[in-house]
Amino acid sequence: MRKSLAQGIAAGRILVEAISGGMEIVGRKFEQGEYYIPDMLASAEAVGVAMEILAPHLTAAANLKPKGKFILATVEKDQHDIGKNIVGIMLKGAGFQLVDLGVNVPACRIADAIEREGADFVGLSALLDTTMRYMGHTIEELKRRQLRSRVKVLIGGAPTSPEFAREIGADAHCKDAFAAVETANRLAEGRF
Amino acid sequence: MRDGLRVKPYARLTEEQIRRVHAASMLILEDPGVLVGHEEAAGLFNRGGARVKRTATPGLWAVSIPRGMVERALSTAPQVVRLGARDPAHALLLDGRDPCIHFGSGSESNFILDLETSTWVCKDDPAREGIFPTFKKKRGTVADLCRAAHLAENLEHLDFFIRPINIQDEEITEQNKDVNKFFACLDNTSKHVMAGLTDVEQLDHVLHMAEIVAGGRQALQENPVISFITCVVKSPLELVSEATERLLRFCRRRIPVVISSSPQGGSTAPIEELGMVSQINAEILSAVVLSQLAAEGAPVIYGSVPVRARMDNLHDMYGAPEFNQYNIDCVQMARFYGLPCYSTAGVADAKVPGIQSTVEKTLSHLFMAHSGAHLIHYAFGLLEETQTFSLEQAILDNLHIGLVKMICQEPQVNDEAVDRSLAVIRKVMASSIRLFARYTRRKLHAGELFIAYPFEGDSSADTTLLRVKEELERIDSLPAKPLPAEIRERIFREVPGLLERLRQGGATSAYTG
Repeated sequence: MRKSLAQGIAAGRILVEAISGGMEIVGRKFEQGEYYIPDMLASAEAVGVAMEILAPHLTAAANLKPKGKFILATVEKDQHDIGKNIVGIMLKGAGFQLVDLGVNVPACRIADAIEREGADFVGLSALLDTTMRYMGHTIEELKRRQLRSRVKVLIGGAPTSPEFAREIGADAHCKDAFAAVETANRLAEGRF
Repeated sequence: MRDGLRVKPYARLTEEQIRRVHAASMLILEDPGVLVGHEEAAGLFNRGGARVKRTATPGLWAVSIPRGMVERALSTAPQVVRLGARDPAHALLLDGRDPCIHFGSGSESNFILDLETSTWVCKDDPAREGIFPTFKKKRGTVADLCRAAHLAENLEHLDFFIRPINIQDEEITEQNKDVNKFFACLDNTSKHVMAGLTDVEQLDHVLHMAEIVAGGRQALQENPVISFITCVVKSPLELVSEATERLLRFCRRRIPVVISSSPQGGSTAPIEELGMVSQINAEILSAVVLSQLAAEGAPVIYGSVPVRARMDNLHDMYGAPEFNQYNIDCVQMARFYGLPCYSTAGVADAKVPGIQSTVEKTLSHLFMAHSGAHLIHYAFGLLEETQTFSLEQAILDNLHIGLVKMICQEPQVNDEAVDRSLAVIRKVMASSIRLFARYTRRKLHAGELFIAYPFEGDSSADTTLLRVKEELERIDSLPAKPLPAEIRERIFREVPGLLERLRQGGATSAYTG
């Protein structure tokens, strides 16, 4: 990464061609059964390290438009964050601005952050079928504060499903981190 | 040489209990002793120091074997037996003191189970339909045996091949059965081939065939591509005439032989553990004594197949918990004597593949692997108390045996492993996302991890057997590794009785006609 920057290759080009391109290959191999979760995790970890090096150069790159601001949180009463962290790393790698609120985040704090950050997307994560209902609570809170129409809501986590996403009024269900990036990209294209 | 899996054997019997069983067996061999239905064998026992008396039944002798004769035989029976193979990479080395396990097939089922699939429409809701397997039993043929041997060649965890199907084609007679079954095996698998002999007069023809395959008489001694099984004992405690004749001939030709006994707890042996194991141990030892009297140093294998009687029909019962108890004890006895052991696992009482067969097979696969038996036969495809063989079930068994082998692997706990683990834990704890992904990835791509059940079904129905059927079709289409053409031609020229349709060899489809 440092070598590429030193050679004068634009940070935006590295992001799009090397990192995003690389992750697309990883995603394809995962779908085809050639790669497994550890491959995805190792790739995500590599992207995380690469993004730390690349970030200062990206802000300086005038021609790179961010795809949007993405708030990520594990919902109230749920402490699980492995999946959320992987999604976060991959979203960063895909060119989204990320604000990670961490775990056990109440609906009101998520709504506050959306308002404060002017976020375009919010990703809600839950691993337990006892905590997934707080995703619905969060959406209700967004409606109550008239924020719902300003933001796209993506949900994910083991107990969730497309049916559940429809039931609680989310915009999309993402079955894994690749689906999250793909969905966010698709929604971002429609938005900008 | 094929690597067996060395296990830390599960010791069901304590050292003291082993000595008690041994002592009980020695007492049984003295009184009541064994019945011997073979005149020459009775003479050998007599000259060796046993007390031999005629019984009221003509041609049957009562033989009391003193402890010293057993000890002498055990001192000359080899501790190490080599089983060769057409491909020397598949040869097996069995060391009576080294618990190194190998799995094999067996054993001459009369029926083969064809799996068919058909589409079924739900009676209550005709819009719903699904594909489900059904089974059809048919009598085994030479073509089926060729196909089974070809499958065996391609099953990773099958270490030695015993014909799983009895060949019952119209042209097969008692006289030509042995040469045809051995040829069908040798021409379709390069692994070790083991079988019983139907007609003892065919021994020379079968051995001549094996010599041609191995490259001569001396080459066969060094690389015995075949070995024999003989069920010498009719329980309780009788050495029967024909099988005893076979044992004497095998030993004199110095071809490895399994001395097998299969008493049935509850009918031909006591049902309780000590009685059963003491009796079968005495039965096998009596034949080991005879083998060494006939040919000192002859390579013999301790073959224990104790089963329990099923109470409602007196069939052999392989799914009974006692089956594992009896068999583990026998493996311990063989190891106590330093003899290579041929044991049993993987027979289902169930008639078709399914939940019952999986439970019955897996319990014995797991326990007998842990026992440390050198040759675990019957392990592939057998259903209905060995009466039926299923190719699809053999594929499932291969998968499950692979899992059992992984479970049996010795733990790697040493200074190097501790240093490596600590280094990884410290490195991951110092990272931002604290996941062991990269380390896991290395293990994954080194092929050291079980990924997932390869025949996993979807959520709407159990589709495992449908997937196994696809796998069988894939294996069927793999190229055969027949004997070289010049060897096949020489066998056909010099060994009488072979079916002409076996001459072509090659793809399994050639046999099905």
